[in-house]
Amino acid sequence: MSRKIKARNFHQAKWDEPVIFELSNKGERGILFPEIEKEIEQIIGDGISSLPKNMIREQLPNLPELSQMQVLKHFLRMSQQTLGADFNVDIGQGTCTMKYSPKINEKFATDPKFTELHPSQDESTVQGILEIIYKLDLYLREISGLDKFTFQPGGGSQAIFAIASIIQAHHEANGEADKRNEIITTMFSHPSDAAAPVVKGYNIINIYPNEDGLPAVEALKTAVSERTAGLLITNPEDTGIFNPKIKEFTKIVHEFSGVCGYDQANANGILGITRAKEAGFDLCFFNLHKTFSSPHGCGGPAAGALGATEEFTKYLPIPLVEFDGDKYFFNNEVPNSIGKVRAFYGVVPAILKAYSWIMSLGSEGLREVAEIAVLNNNYLLKKVLELRGASAPYAEGRHRIEQVRYSWDELYKETGITTEDITCRMVDFGFHMWSSHHPFIVPQPFTLEPTESYSKAEIDEYIAGLKKVVEEAYENPELVKTAPHRSVVHKIDYEPLDDPDRWAITWRAHLKKNK
Amino acid sequence: MSKKKVHPYIPNSVPEIKAQMLEEIGVSTIDELYEDIPEDLRFKGKMNLPEPFLSEYDLKKHVNQILAKNQTCQENLSFLGGDCWQHYVPAICDEINQRSEFLTAYAGEPYEDHGRFQALFEYASMMGELLDMDVVNVPTYDWGQAASTSIRMAARITKRTEVLIAESISPDRLSIIRNYCKPVIKIQLVKFDKETGKINIADLKEKISSSTAAIYFENPSYLGCIEDQGKIIADITHTHGALSLVGVDPISLGVLIPPSNYGADIICGDIQGLGVHMQYGGSLAGFIATRDEEQYVMEYPSRLFGITTTAVEGEHGFGDVTYDRTSFHDRIEGKEFIGTASALWGITAGVYLALAGPHGMKDLGQLILQKSQYAIKKFSEVKGISIPFSLSSHFKEFVVDFSDSGKTVDEINKALLEKGIFGGKDISSEFPELGNCAVYCVTEIHSKEDIDRLTQTVNEFLNEEGI
Repeated sequence: MSRKIKARNFHQAKWDEPVIFELSNKGERGILFPEIEKEIEQIIGDGISSLPKNMIREQLPNLPELSQMQVLKHFLRMSQQTLGADFNVDIGQGTCTMKYSPKINEKFATDPKFTELHPSQDESTVQGILEIIYKLDLYLREISGLDKFTFQPGGGSQAIFAIASIIQAHHEANGEADKRNEIITTMFSHPSDAAAPVVKGYNIINIYPNEDGLPAVEALKTAVSERTAGLLITNPEDTGIFNPKIKEFTKIVHEFSGVCGYDQANANGILGITRAKEAGFDLCFFNLHKTFSSPHGCGGPAAGALGATEEFTKYLPIPLVEFDGDKYFFNNEVPNSIGKVRAFYGVVPAILKAYSWIMSLGSEGLREVAEIAVLNNNYLLKKVLELRGASAPYAEGRHRIEQVRYSWDELYKETGITTEDITCRMVDFGFHMWSSHHPFIVPQPFTLEPTESYSKAEIDEYIAGLKKVVEEAYENPELVKTAPHRSVVHKIDYEPLDDPDRWAITWRAHLKKNK
Repeated sequence: MSKKKVHPYIPNSVPEIKAQMLEEIGVSTIDELYEDIPEDLRFKGKMNLPEPFLSEYDLKKHVNQILAKNQTCQENLSFLGGDCWQHYVPAICDEINQRSEFLTAYAGEPYEDHGRFQALFEYASMMGELLDMDVVNVPTYDWGQAASTSIRMAARITKRTEVLIAESISPDRLSIIRNYCKPVIKIQLVKFDKETGKINIADLKEKISSSTAAIYFENPSYLGCIEDQGKIIADITHTHGALSLVGVDPISLGVLIPPSNYGADIICGDIQGLGVHMQYGGSLAGFIATRDEEQYVMEYPSRLFGITTTAVEGEHGFGDVTYDRTSFHDRIEGKEFIGTASALWGITAGVYLALAGPHGMKDLGQLILQKSQYAIKKFSEVKGISIPFSLSSHFKEFVVDFSDSGKTVDEINKALLEKGIFGGKDISSEFPELGNCAVYCVTEIHSKEDIDRLTQTVNEFLNEEGI
């Protein structure tokens, strides 16, 4: 490696692109639809006059009017003003598992042999896609050790909601639903592990981390009781510290007849290393858009693959996809099913991409993914700790799994520069840097996750970016405070976004409020 | 990996690099990095997965072979609808949602991801015009989730826990709502009129009370009928201090008035029809829209993107509106929960609406009306077939009743399948009281020839010997 690694002299595309309504020209058309056949028109007429008078839209919607190339150009410019994982060393969005989403898998997912399938087609016409759904179920059984998967949840949070629903259905079947009204989770689990069960009427007990950054067994023992419906816990948590007592956690909760749900949304560091089964869980879920490479799409489409032990399979949402040795089919006879959480069978493009990803790696490849993700993370950890003002709270001197929640607290105390300031300055070098979920238990937090996809040189470049910003923080804090300087836009005025008199969630609201 | 090849997706598998990094960390094996995972939690076996296709060519061959087993709506003639629809997808919709920037971005800040914020703000803005509402969310999972959340929002706003739902709703969606509301909200169904498919107003009046948080109905309904009593329903609802919630097919709104114009307080639905391929039902995305009133805005669980100013005069900035109400900010007190859902389809629907414009949406709506009315006419000429709810108007979907033909929908659909036609969705078990019925869906993609071929084939099967 001869190239000296340094932060780039980056500048993001800046088109100063107007809002689309500002580009409208009366009369322009972006696309034309087919003309109605004369014979139909003769028989039917205009189609509109047979509608009830009070239902006819007289005033056309005030949509913008643009020609086709102008629409294309506008959206392409906006795309250039978005920093996708395909462009940057995307290790700054920790917990999100930003990895390479292989282009070949996009080819499969945009093939008309898949895109033009309707979910209500006869089973005989969809044997191919059902095979993929079923086989991904088989593969995830191997990866988790559990006995059956559904892909219906449209994301990790919906999977958590489905797990909370199953926990409730289970206690209902045992006549204990009213009595068991508490879900236990931890502060370093995903916020939805608490928020989704609240929707099901549960009270939440949040276990805070101890000085090692872990939920203590003692804290769980205090929390658990005959009111416990279940446990929803992420492991490794957002700190990247693996909870070695996890089996004891499930044992304790089971002793009180609670149900254990494992948040494996991000399982990127543990594929083939450790599984839900051995840790004693009844239910678990994986995010196909994280660990299993389906791209994040600006915030979805996503998919939560929800697995259950044999005992809990009877609660899964319907239908399940089964195989009788000859053909694939839907099974709607799931005795205690919670019903449905999402329409049809889930986010099938993500299922297809996850299937293809696994088929490109196999058993050894998946393990290699995990091991290299962990290697990259610990290498990054070593390098971050060499930066002035940075620290990795908890578990000092220990290694981490796939990510680390770091802190700029020392740097903040010495310079007044916050995590937010650094985030804005990192943008100037073409990087993301994410803080963490609220509340900020770790002061001035930032979370990095270098997955298996990034080369050593790329990780070094990210470090060079951080190093540069740290130097600036100490030497020229104003430069950091006023960042970004080379991004699409400059410091945003956030206040109107929290003021009912000024916020504008649509262009029409903006025009009304800001004449 | 069998031949110790370095996998193209894992750069630091190169042995020299790996060794260098291990040395830097100060360990000799990767296993040492897993020191916190106790022995009894280590997976000792080998995952029983098929041998991988390490070459991209082999992988492509493998997956294509499986996909080749599918028969698609493009290769056949399909009349399936009911929560997932075959509309024409303009080329630019695919072009934009396949752009690496949008496809692989996630949760960046309003600076480096300015385009993502603006695109989703514009999506919401164009939906707002279509719906005549000032607030639209960043898309949620699907219509079922959007309806469920609309109901939950109404319950929080009214501080009531009972909701009325029109019985003509999609049964799958009702199942989603039931699970989402349980055990906090009680659901009661309101009957529909057997002649018109519209809400039975007398039944509504009987069931509504001062405990009712909201009524939820769909327009057009799952059974395809256009509900023209929206104003009457809203008035009754509002008299009782409850909210009117309406699920709507946005593609109908170039010709039909939006529910906000007949008193809806919250509108929801699915945007899949707006420029997104069906993808076996895997590409749904739900929207929720309300007026710009604080008590409504503060009850959304969703991300809401707003426009603002920046340090530079004349520059548009974008960001989260009232982020503190979300579960990202407060995991206990936040409204419901928020997570990754369907943003890319929102951006795509924005492209679609920008392409169609006001006149395109009207042309499209009119075209669908004419074609579906023609299909209804042709069906009603076939002996053994009747069209229920004939006193109502339809948009793109309508019920076909085969009860008098002596054949089941299943038998008819099997016969159609042999001729390369996917018949309408069988609802004989979903709505047994209607008899032997299917919901047919006709859109702008169907030509006169397609519709004639459908009805002729049905006629031949029902009324001609020896087919």
